[in-house]
Amino acid sequence: MSSRQEMTRETTPPASGRPIIEMVGIRKVYDTGKVQVEALKGVDLRIEKGEFVAIVGPSGSGKSTLMNLVGCLDTPSGGDYFIGGEKVAGLSRDQLADVRNRRVGFVFQAFNLLPQISAFENVEMPLVFGGVPPKVRRAKVAELLERVGLGDRMDHKPTELSGGQMQRVAIARALAMDPDIVLADEPTGNLDTTSGTDIMGVFLDLWKQGSTLVVITHDMALARRASRIVEIRDGRIVSDRPAEQAA
Amino acid sequence: MLRDALLQLHRDLKSQKLRTLLTVFGLVWGTVAVTLLLAFGAGLKKNLIKQTAGLGDRICISWPGLTSIPYQGLGKGRRVRITDEDLETVRPRVDGLKRMSSEYTDGWKMVYNLKTYPVDVSGVSPEFAEMRNLIPVPGGRFLNPLDVSHQRRVVFLGNKVAEDIFGKGTDPVGKTVLFNGSPFLVIGVLTAKQQDSSYNSRDSDLAWIPGTTFRALTGRKYLSNFVFQPASALESKAVTESLRAALSRRLKFDPADKEAFSVWDTTEQFQFFEVFMLAFSLFLGIVGSLTLVVGGIGVSNIMNVIVDERTKEIGVKMALGAKSGAILRQFVVETMIVTAIGGAVGFAISLGICAVFPSSLQEFVGKPEVSPAVALITTGILGVIGFLAGFFPARSASRLDPVVAMKM
Ligand SMILES: Nc1ncnc2c1ncn2[C@@H]1O[C@H](COP(=O)(O)OP(=O)(O)O)[C@@H](O)[C@H]1O
Ligand SMILES: [Mg+2]
Repeated sequence: MSSRQEMTRETTPPASGRPIIEMVGIRKVYDTGKVQVEALKGVDLRIEKGEFVAIVGPSGSGKSTLMNLVGCLDTPSGGDYFIGGEKVAGLSRDQLADVRNRRVGFVFQAFNLLPQISAFENVEMPLVFGGVPPKVRRAKVAELLERVGLGDRMDHKPTELSGGQMQRVAIARALAMDPDIVLADEPTGNLDTTSGTDIMGVFLDLWKQGSTLVVITHDMALARRASRIVEIRDGRIVSDRPAEQAA
Repeated sequence: MLRDALLQLHRDLKSQKLRTLLTVFGLVWGTVAVTLLLAFGAGLKKNLIKQTAGLGDRICISWPGLTSIPYQGLGKGRRVRITDEDLETVRPRVDGLKRMSSEYTDGWKMVYNLKTYPVDVSGVSPEFAEMRNLIPVPGGRFLNPLDVSHQRRVVFLGNKVAEDIFGKGTDPVGKTVLFNGSPFLVIGVLTAKQQDSSYNSRDSDLAWIPGTTFRALTGRKYLSNFVFQPASALESKAVTESLRAALSRRLKFDPADKEAFSVWDTTEQFQFFEVFMLAFSLFLGIVGSLTLVVGGIGVSNIMNVIVDERTKEIGVKMALGAKSGAILRQFVVETMIVTAIGGAVGFAISLGICAVFPSSLQEFVGKPEVSPAVALITTGILGVIGFLAGFFPARSASRLDPVVAMKM
């Protein structure tokens, strides 16, 4: 871990007692010019360290919108959002970039890897942006790729990998800066069933190893293995309960 | 920090191979086109000047003749005779006269090593060299004012005369030749030049001695002809008229009498030449600018085509925690390096083309001369155009929320 990262951690500790994610009355309105779409109509959400939250709901209900707001990839239209106790609304663009870099790891449905550079270089990117020295970086990237089972594929380009392998690279990339929370938006959406199950296994392992996870999924079998299921319909949370109680 | 920047740059160039290649190609193409255009233009221009200036640099040559109009009671058919003194008297009265030299000519026998050669000899003053583009081969010199004032017996030889007498291998400077029995020291040899017109013999076949020496040896009083140079080619008419007026007053002939004093104004061809060169430069400038514009459009089009791609890439990077400053800084460095490579390659190609340009063609269109400044400026302009075309979209992208940029 870089000294700089530790410093940041010290200045903004994930205050024990406060949740990692705390959203109050979050709204999001998409203004497409002609019509205004209210994708989130007041969402309250708290996520504590060590949780594995599955977000479910029909298509178009606002799951991705919520996830993007949690990951500070987008700005809410209303409500309050604290990440690690820090009020997001007050942050500058550069501070937001730091939050994305250090606190959040994002796994996308469409992988979003840069196609022409190697798996190693893709995973290394967040570390470069985070100012981690090269030596530390190399060791960290190698360790991560080993961890997702791609130790022998480091120099392959994304196009030379299968879908499942690409998503493993993306997961390794999400873990690069040891984020407080890993967010995944339908990480198996572009995969066949076998690779999908495989990737879900990776997430379960991560959780067992102590990561805090939020995963959007249509797979109820997986959702039931999470610690908590949040169901969204039409921009509102309609149910939020421990997974054991899910129907 | 720099290491990381370079690493990141390397990755970016790799991840955008096509974009990079196309941009470099656009830069190379533009640089080569403009550089070669101006290189050939410069070569052609030089060649034209060389061919035209063989006779002299914007000069007028004048011969005294016989009067053809009665004047102040004097009949026609009278010979006009001009001396050096006449020239020196009128010289300050003529505005815009830059240089002037009398010329005394005769065919002499020259002896060297017991062999005799017939040579056309010209007695002149030092200014003659500048006017007539007589450039000495290094190691020698033309006549100087002391040669004239001391009536020195020194001679400046045409290159062909020198070769005929001394052969190819020997340097004639310092050798002594005999003119009609008088020893003359060779002080210089003419650098071979292209000469398409002349009024006496070709310069290569002539020998020049001080006018004073010529007169002392021959007892001649009146010059054969004289050469003068107006300060500007465009003033030649006015200078000629004012000189004619001054001489006609002093020597008593009708100022309108063209035969009493005839003038060959070689600046006429230069006047055309100057207009032609202006038009030619203008043409080169316009074609060059158009090429630059086309190249610039090409480069910026490439930049624009890749804006969507770049926007998505910038979105992903921002999602991973890249700051917009870092993204833009990197874009600047990337553009500079791509521009430098494009410019260097373009310059090298231009040099290569000029190097292999067949010498058989050089006689007609001259030797193309690549100007590093032109290459640098062209590349610079193209680079700036490409940079601006790419920078603003990149900046807009870096100001979007990452999720918006990624969706592009
Ligand atoms: N960029 C956008 N512009 C306009 N409307 C959007 C945009 N993104 C999402 N929406 C709308 O917001 C609603 C929620 O979308 P989303 O969060 O993607 O749903 P989910 O991920 O649950 O399928 C949908 O009605 C969708 O059409
Ligand atoms: Mg979605």
